[in-house]
Amino acid sequence: MAFRQFGAAMTVTVALALATPAHAVTEIQWWHAMSGGNNDIVNKLADDFNASQSDYKVVPTFKGSYPDTMNAGIAAFRAGTAPHIIQVFEVGTATMMSATGAIKPVYQLMKDAGEPFDPKAYLPAITGYYSTSKGDMLSFPFNSSSMVMWINKDELKKAGVAEIPKTWPEVFDAAKKLKAAGHATCGFSNAWATWAHIEQFSVWHNVPIGTKANGLDGFDTVLTFNSPLQVKHLQNLIDLQKDKTYDYAGRANASENRFASGECAIFLTSSGYYATAKSTAKFDFTSAPMPYYPDVKGAPQNSIIGGASLWVMGGKKPEEYKGVAKFFTFLSDTDRQAKLHQESGYLPITKAAYEKTVRDGFYEKNPTLQTPLKELTNKEPTENSRGLRFGNMVQMRDIWAEEMEAALAGKKTAQEALDAAVAKGNAMLRTFEKTAK
Amino acid sequence: MEKSVVFNNKLLPYLLLVPQLIITVVFFYWPASQALLQSFKREDAFGLNTEFVGLENYQSLFADPSYYKSMLTTIVFSSLVAALSLSIALLFATQADKNLKAAGAYKTLMIWPYAVAPAVAGVLWIFMFHPSLGTLARPLRWMNFDWNPLLNGNHAMTLVVMAAVWKQISYNFLFFLAGLQSIPKSVLEAGAIDGAGPMRRFWTITFPLLSPTTFFLLVVNVVYVFFDTFGIIDAVTGGGPAGATTTMVYKVFADGRLGGDLGGSAAQSVVLMVIVIALTAIQFRYVERKVQY
Repeated sequence: MAFRQFGAAMTVTVALALATPAHAVTEIQWWHAMSGGNNDIVNKLADDFNASQSDYKVVPTFKGSYPDTMNAGIAAFRAGTAPHIIQVFEVGTATMMSATGAIKPVYQLMKDAGEPFDPKAYLPAITGYYSTSKGDMLSFPFNSSSMVMWINKDELKKAGVAEIPKTWPEVFDAAKKLKAAGHATCGFSNAWATWAHIEQFSVWHNVPIGTKANGLDGFDTVLTFNSPLQVKHLQNLIDLQKDKTYDYAGRANASENRFASGECAIFLTSSGYYATAKSTAKFDFTSAPMPYYPDVKGAPQNSIIGGASLWVMGGKKPEEYKGVAKFFTFLSDTDRQAKLHQESGYLPITKAAYEKTVRDGFYEKNPTLQTPLKELTNKEPTENSRGLRFGNMVQMRDIWAEEMEAALAGKKTAQEALDAAVAKGNAMLRTFEKTAK
Repeated sequence: MEKSVVFNNKLLPYLLLVPQLIITVVFFYWPASQALLQSFKREDAFGLNTEFVGLENYQSLFADPSYYKSMLTTIVFSSLVAALSLSIALLFATQADKNLKAAGAYKTLMIWPYAVAPAVAGVLWIFMFHPSLGTLARPLRWMNFDWNPLLNGNHAMTLVVMAAVWKQISYNFLFFLAGLQSIPKSVLEAGAIDGAGPMRRFWTITFPLLSPTTFFLLVVNVVYVFFDTFGIIDAVTGGGPAGATTTMVYKVFADGRLGGDLGGSAAQSVVLMVIVIALTAIQFRYVERKVQY
């Protein structure tokens, strides 16, 4: 009896298995690094896409932090089991770009699949990061942000700072007042140490981080961020660190809660901090553009983006690529982009979505979300402010941060620290250049 | 008359060894040989361009001042962790070996931390000692002590040493306790009758009789600090500030996994392997002589 039942079950299973190809659904694997609320957004996007058509099924998988996700993708590629789409953070761009053969450039993908695709529809401040010098888009921007200065308006008022500081000297003054008013351990601070004080700082003041348009125009780039302006800025931070008017808060963003807890009333970090700030900060807060030195001609210039983009892996079947292309078209839809931007706080990637959000009057109620867009589009980008692309960037950031830490701890002068950071960084760039032919 | 059992089957002994051999080959010799091979190559992260570069990875490694710095850091870190975790565990074990009321509960509590993953242990210590949020950092601040592991290398080192020691005490405690319980009571009693005080009994009887355990733990602890602690370091300090807590094994992890420099990282792990093999050999050759089994 039991055997007969088993036989019957088998027959049904086989019949089902044989029937499936008639409605073959092509699966598209998408590995990402979005946790918490952003994970829900990713799942919702995939569900919506899957419901919108019946030929393709996007399957999102959370793979951990940004470096974890990238490493998982690289390991999978080496093992021959890479996903179709992988989300890679902006500092991994050079590594992905140089992996010709491992990736399928997005412009090529859209052309092969015959999907309508106009690179000009996307915000150039964002796509510039992910395109070749000829303007060919290599990866698809997904979640982009920039660095802004978060302000605790209540505490500034209490400390007698009437206006939100615009320049670095004003920030230093405000921080001293805050310190006198009881913020003994932190006048101002920031997350992402090197992103704030080396990368964004240089771009915002239109001084080069490295040659060849900060590496965008070739892997033979040489770092140059030890110029007088950057040295002066680091020296200011060193001086202020002594009595904690400035207080260093680490390399990544684990310290962001120092803003929400009220300890640091002025705090520079990603604009993507918006959702967290909204849910955790129990005071009146806003975001303001990054400060600048008023004596630098032309400052402020424009800021550059952070965040991540979607890379398509190479060696997949044409019908799978078609599905990926359709998914990207789906993501570019104006209403969807506008909604995504307003819910997550990440930047809209198309011009139309930005214009729609402006038209809808969204920014009048939520000026915080417009700050990074204003920074990015503040001026027409120059060779020094188009973006940056350095190989081994993940590791290089750690090396730079080490030198900053040594300087802030009083073990090195600003000049010594930045000279060492540049020298060590250049050695790493030469190693990368040799492997990335 | 001598009794001996002889296996006539020539194949059987080898067959019985096979599982152990397979495990050794798959989990030790194969990866070790891969690392050796990789250390002579330069390769991009994806493995698309591979080039045989001979000893170049080793040359640039030994020309890098930060590598020597990480060696020094490793020496400081490993001696502190091994010395502290062994001595504290020995202290706890001798106390637990006494006739106590709730000895069972006490022993269980002592062993618990061993079940905690290194990264989790690291996170626990971050919560306690985070400069602005930590529950134990606040009292330090009230005492006007400028606790700042984000910038002060010594503070950061203290933090990772504490986390690594805390994690290892359970293991050492377990072995010391077992060792203590195997020491015959009669020997100690004889010492007591001869008029030796508790301290003297400990140093002249207990400690020498414990030496096989201590020696075993010394070897295991050195291997632990050399290889198993990068999870803690990654979670607590990320090797910072300014490389103050970048030990050799953390550098292997950081350069290879985070930096994608597989050749350089492989060269480092080969060097590390050589050092640990040498250390273990020295321990067996010289320290073991003093061990009384």
